[in-house]
Order: sequence, then C-alpha cells, then structure tokens
Amino acid sequence: MSNSTEPPALELSRIAKAFGAVIALTNGTLQLRKNSIHALVGENGAGKSTLVKIIAGLYQRDTGEFLLEGESVDFSSTAQSKAAGIAVIYQEPTLFPDLSVTENIFMGRQPTRSLGRIDRKLMREEAIGLFSRLGVRIDPDRLTLGLSIADQQIIEIAKAISLDAKVLVMDEPTAALSGVEVERLFTVARSLRDEGRALLFISHRFDEVFDLCDTVTVMRDGAYIATSPIADTTVEQIVRQMVGRDVSALFPKEEAVIGDDVLVVEGLSQPGVFHDVSFAVKSGEIVALAGLVGAGRSEIARAVFGVDPYSSGTVRINGAKVPRRNPAAAMKLGLALVPEDRRKQGLVLETSVARNTTLAIQRSLAKFGFITDRAENAAARIWDSRLEVKTASLDTEAGTLSGGNQQKVVLAKWLATNPSVLIVDEPTRGIDVGTKAEVHRLLSQLAGEGMAIIMISSELPEVLGMADRVLVVHEGSITAEIDRADATAETVMFAATHSAAEVAR
Amino acid sequence: MNSFTKGLRAFVTARETGILLALVIVIAAATIKNPTFLFSSDGFRDLLLTPSILLLLAVGQAIVIITRNVDLSVGSVLGLTAYLTGRLFIDVPGIPIIVVFLIGIVFGGLLGLINGALVAFAKVPALVITLGTLYAYRGINVVWTGSDRINSSDMPKEFLGLGTQSILFIPVLTIIAVVVLIVAAWYLRNRRAGRELYAIGSDPDAANLYGLKVTQRLLVAFVLSGALAGLAGVLYAARYGTVNSQAGTGFELQAVGAAVIGGVAIFGGSGSVWGAAIGAYLLLTINRALPILGVQDFWQRFVVGILIIGAIVLDRVLALRQAKRLTVARNI
Repeated sequence: MSNSTEPPALELSRIAKAFGAVIALTNGTLQLRKNSIHALVGENGAGKSTLVKIIAGLYQRDTGEFLLEGESVDFSSTAQSKAAGIAVIYQEPTLFPDLSVTENIFMGRQPTRSLGRIDRKLMREEAIGLFSRLGVRIDPDRLTLGLSIADQQIIEIAKAISLDAKVLVMDEPTAALSGVEVERLFTVARSLRDEGRALLFISHRFDEVFDLCDTVTVMRDGAYIATSPIADTTVEQIVRQMVGRDVSALFPKEEAVIGDDVLVVEGLSQPGVFHDVSFAVKSGEIVALAGLVGAGRSEIARAVFGVDPYSSGTVRINGAKVPRRNPAAAMKLGLALVPEDRRKQGLVLETSVARNTTLAIQRSLAKFGFITDRAENAAARIWDSRLEVKTASLDTEAGTLSGGNQQKVVLAKWLATNPSVLIVDEPTRGIDVGTKAEVHRLLSQLAGEGMAIIMISSELPEVLGMADRVLVVHEGSITAEIDRADATAETVMFAATHSAAEVAR
Repeated sequence: MNSFTKGLRAFVTARETGILLALVIVIAAATIKNPTFLFSSDGFRDLLLTPSILLLLAVGQAIVIITRNVDLSVGSVLGLTAYLTGRLFIDVPGIPIIVVFLIGIVFGGLLGLINGALVAFAKVPALVITLGTLYAYRGINVVWTGSDRINSSDMPKEFLGLGTQSILFIPVLTIIAVVVLIVAAWYLRNRRAGRELYAIGSDPDAANLYGLKVTQRLLVAFVLSGALAGLAGVLYAARYGTVNSQAGTGFELQAVGAAVIGGVAIFGGSGSVWGAAIGAYLLLTINRALPILGVQDFWQRFVVGILIIGAIVLDRVLALRQAKRLTVARNI
C-alpha cells in the first residue's frame, strides 16, 4: 500500500473545459493513487470522456490543476502524456489494421540497431514476452485486421506495459467484451495494480465496478460529485449521485386515450447488433427506448424503419407487414423516423426551410412531375407554424437555424407525412431548455391525437417524465419493460447496466 | 517449417509475385512472337531502359500513396526540372554534371515541400492540392519555356551519354533507378520513419492518438516524391536530349497506375515500392509488347485500363479473403 506522504500518481482539481459555447466540464476533480483501481462513473454527457482526453493530452484544459506525481504538467499532445507515463485505452481500440501485432505494440519507439534499423527479432521477442506475461495467446506476426475487440484491447494493454506506464486509463474497456474476456481483462488489471500502477476504470456496469475497483468517483453534468471507497458505498447510493435531480416536475405529460397495437415488432435480430427484440406500441402511447449509448437502441429503430438490415423477425403496422430494408414502403405504411443526427441525417443544410419541410411529401405536392414554390411554401407553412419554427422566412437556409429550430423542421418534415407511428431518436439532444419543453409538449399532444410514439433518449428525466412505458435496452436486447408507475431512475439505470437474467432476479 | 520454405511461402503468397509473373508472361509472349524483343542487344536494353524514369516516379508515388495521399504533380515537377537542367547547361557553361543532379533533386524536393506543406497544414485532400500544383507547375513551365526548347546540342556529351550508356549490358539509368529503389525499400522496411508512413496511411486518426509526428512524416513523403521526380527530370533530359514545355505530361497518371497495379493500396497502409517498380515495368513493357502481339495501337490504353481495374478488383478480393481468414483464425 502506498504511504500517506507520497503524492498521488495523478491529481486533477477543478478542471474546466469549454468548446466554444458548449461547456463540457465545469469541475473535473480526480485523484488516482498508486496500487489502486479507481472507477469513474456518470451518465452519458457527464464529462468523463472529456476528462480522459485531457489526461491523454488530446484536449487542453481551460483552467484547473493537473498534477502528475505531485508536479504540475501541461500536455499539448498525446506524445507528451505518453512520454510522461500515461497510457490511455480508448473505448474503440486505435490500432493500425494493415500492420502486424508486434509493430502495433512498438510503433514509434521500435528498438533499433546500427543505421537506425529496426531490430525485428528483439521486437518480436519482447512482444512474445509481453503476451506470456499477460497470459494470452496472440500470434505476434499476424495483422491486427480482424482481431476481436478483446484481443485488440489486450494489445493496447501490452502497449501500455511496454511503455512502463505509471497511469493506465481504460475508457469503457468492457463494453464489447464477453464474460470470459472481461475476467481475463480483470486478471491483467489486478496484476498491473499490484505492480504499483494507478488505474482508472470507466464503466457503466456497477457489478464490474464493485468487483474490480477500490474507489469510485461520480461525475454529473461536467462536475465532480463525490469520491468514496467502494466498501463504504452501494449501487443505490451511486445511482442517486449520478442522477441526483428532481426528475418528474418538468414534463407536461398529458393523459391520452390508449388504443390498440399499432406497431408490432417480433423477434427482430441482427447478429452482433441486436437480438430477439419484440415489443408493441399502442396508439396514443409514448414508449421510451432507454439504455446506454451504444446499447443498440438507434440500430433497432433504424432496422424497424428499414434503413438498416435485420436477419430475422417481423415488423407490422396496423397488421400490415413492413418489408425489410425499404424505408419508402415503411413511410407509405405510416412510419416516420426522426433521426439522431439531425444535421447529417435529418436535414439538407444548404436548402431552404420550406424545401426541407416538404422533402418527405414532395411526391404528393408535385403536379405533372413539377413542384412549384407556392405549393411547397403552402405545405411547409402549415407545419412550420404549428411547430413555431422561428425563422425570418421559409427561404432561410436550414443550416443557419439554431439547433432547436432545426429539430423542429425535421419534426415538421415527418409530421407532414401524417404518420401513425413516429420514432424520435434523441429528440432534445443539444437544444435549449425552452425548446426542449416545446418538443415535449408537442410529443405529448401528438400522442393525445392518437399517434403511437417511440422515443429514444439517453436523458433519464426525459424518459421518466414522458413515457407511458419504458423499454430498457442493454447490449442489443430488451432487458426490462417498466410501466410509468414503476419507472424510477434506479430501476431504469439498473436494467440498463445489467443483463436480462440479472434484472429478472 | 524451416526458414527456406518459410521464405519461399512468403514469396509465393506475396502480392508482388503475381505482378512479376504477369510481367514475365508478357515478356515471354512477346519474345516467342519476335525473339529480338528480348534476345538482341537493343531489345534487352530497351526492356530495361524504357521504364527506368517511370520507376523513379512510381517509387515516389508509392511512398505518398502509402500515407493515404496522392501526388498528381510529379509529371509537372519532372517537366520543370528537365527544362531547368537544360537551362543550367546553357546558362552556366562548364557546370559539373553532379551539381546539375543535386540542383535538380533539391529543386524537385522544394516543389514537393510545397505540396506537402499545403496538404499537412491546410488540411486539404492531397488529390485537390496536387491537382492544383499539377497545373500551376506546368503553367510556370510554359511561361518560362515559351516556344523555346532545349536541344541535345545544348548539353554536354558526357551528360547525354548517361541516358544511353550501359555498364555490363545494364543501362546506367536503370542502375540509378534500381539503387534508388533498393534504398527506398530499405528505408520503408527498416526505419521507424518508414514504418510510421504505413501507420499513418493505415489509420490517420490512430496515428494522431499514438502521438506520431504525422505532419513531419507527410512532409517527408511529399519531399521524397518531389525529389525523385526532380531526379527523373534530370534523367529525362539526359535520355531524350530535347525538352519542351510539355515534357512529362501525363506521367503522373502512369505513376499512380504503376503503384496501383503493383499492389499499393490506394487507401494507404499497405503495398511496397518493389510492387510499384514492377508495376512500372509491366505498364511500359505491355505498351511495347502489344504491337508485337498484333494488338492495334488504340487498344493499348484499353488494356492498361483493364489492368488497373483488374488490379484494384484483385486487391479488394484479396483483402476480403484475408479479412475472412483472419477472422476465422481468431475464432479457433
């Protein structure tokens, strides 16, 4: 154990970071000790990744203190933080697919002989040594192309060890791993800890945090909330710290008459993406798809709409089968999808608000194959005024509008198709509070008019405030279906971080 | 498996071997039809000599393409240096030949540096930048040269001799090109900087996260390509003896073609200068062999086109097969 007079391996205090007007971190505070595995938890958008990137030297802090073994440091590049003994393993491993495993480990600092020649034999031997130390079998000569995520992470760890990193940061390393692979990773992590290194482990899975780590720091909304020894805390307490706000007050949920099943999805599967997804949505109902980013929620929605493929299962609207991979047919049957990334997938930024609004109904506006501005503006005006899109004129370029107004235009576009099922993916991401409330009110109204709505959201308050029913997705499967009455931050968060079998228990 | 069979296996499965085989077949077919294609002193000399200048460009091009970039300005750089070479002999009487070579290489390197700086700092795709400098460098050449041209009488005999002489039946030009090839291949395989070029082309984002000196390496790649085009320009003047403002027009596409045919992946990260060099030989040897094989002139470009498309399709198929094989290997 480290003695108390020794400075922490890494210490961040009151770190702030803004990107233009967007504030990512207001108070990043973290203290990593040697011989310790420290967990960092928080909701999506709590600022964990920004903090990691500051540690890695990818971003530079605006204010605050960054001490490495008691000394203040300023990294202006990843090379500098690496040289100082910090290794970061990102969520997505960053390897060179065209190069061999050995080369990937030593890239940029290969052992050399005379004339600056790379000593391939020595390099290969060291790679084999590293793998045997880690207790894994990976062919050092093969290309990294086609390696599993687990093996790629092992290579990242091998890299960190060969660097003799004092601080090792792992950003959600287990997100794509199976149970056995997680165990192998943990064994390696523990032995690294016992060698005196400091580890930072970011994860959404509480069972792993409690299994592996000795200390946990919670972040929320870009700020430090609390640090506690694992032994002195509980899952419930951590979740409370993560969510931490009054959840139900904001949302103007109206009571709607709930009718019959409109959309029925049965046994939808796509290998590696989602598995055996079944659910139904009734008219007048708002169903939330909750879960962590990357759990497969958007993929399920896109498959239902026909943008993405699925290998088995059926989708029906009012009893009619929706064909696979055919969004046009899905639209005809009354399905609409407001995508997650409005700038890339929802709008044609360079064209007018009017044209964007009428994009999905052009066919019905056309006379003899031609569309007049007048017809376009008339159709656009109906929806843009109902949604109160704030713009100087309908000719304004969509790209110049604020995020909230852009989202309204995308919504207007899809509402103009008069859908019976509306899927909205992160409808309020990145828009201001006022517009957020307007969007919520609109969704609530639409449900009141009998529309079936599926809302994908990473914001728990939104999910809890708006949804009649919450379907929680975890690693491509629906792990829980929770009624409005029973849905709390704790129940949803628990289901989002555990497998179906664990939730059932 | 002992080291010999291992080496043999690596040779047989290497991407370059297929191209070499194609080259051998083309030469064999042309020689059977007309034995002087190979078995005459002129035939043998032409076989080695004709592609030598393109080989230099192809080596430079391969280095740039490996970093997931492209250098379309090499033909213009060659033209400009070739004219500069002639001017030096006219304007500086008695200038040593070696100095002309050095000036040509440095001048080409500077033009390459401009490309590299624009690509690395302005963050504009190399395709656009070097398309721009292709026209800009050629424009300077046209303004400078006008309707003037360099004739062989303007240059010293010893210099022109380099373009045609042989040592032990091997043309001097070919020797120079092969020496450059060997040095480039060694550098790419054995030096950290060389390996980092592959890494950058394989995944530029990962290269940044690794903290590799991406900007510096890209500059070096473009400077090398420019310097080799400069060297090629000097040799062009020696080989052909006449230089006008259009020297080297279209060479850039031949150089890209040679690299691609030789198995340098157009999206970077894999391939070798050996492949590009063999690609250069195949490209120009086919041009000479087709008429002998009775293929009409206007079909030649068609054949070259098919070859390039074929090479890319083959690469894609091989890449998919390899990805599949590696994924299967993982699951065992």
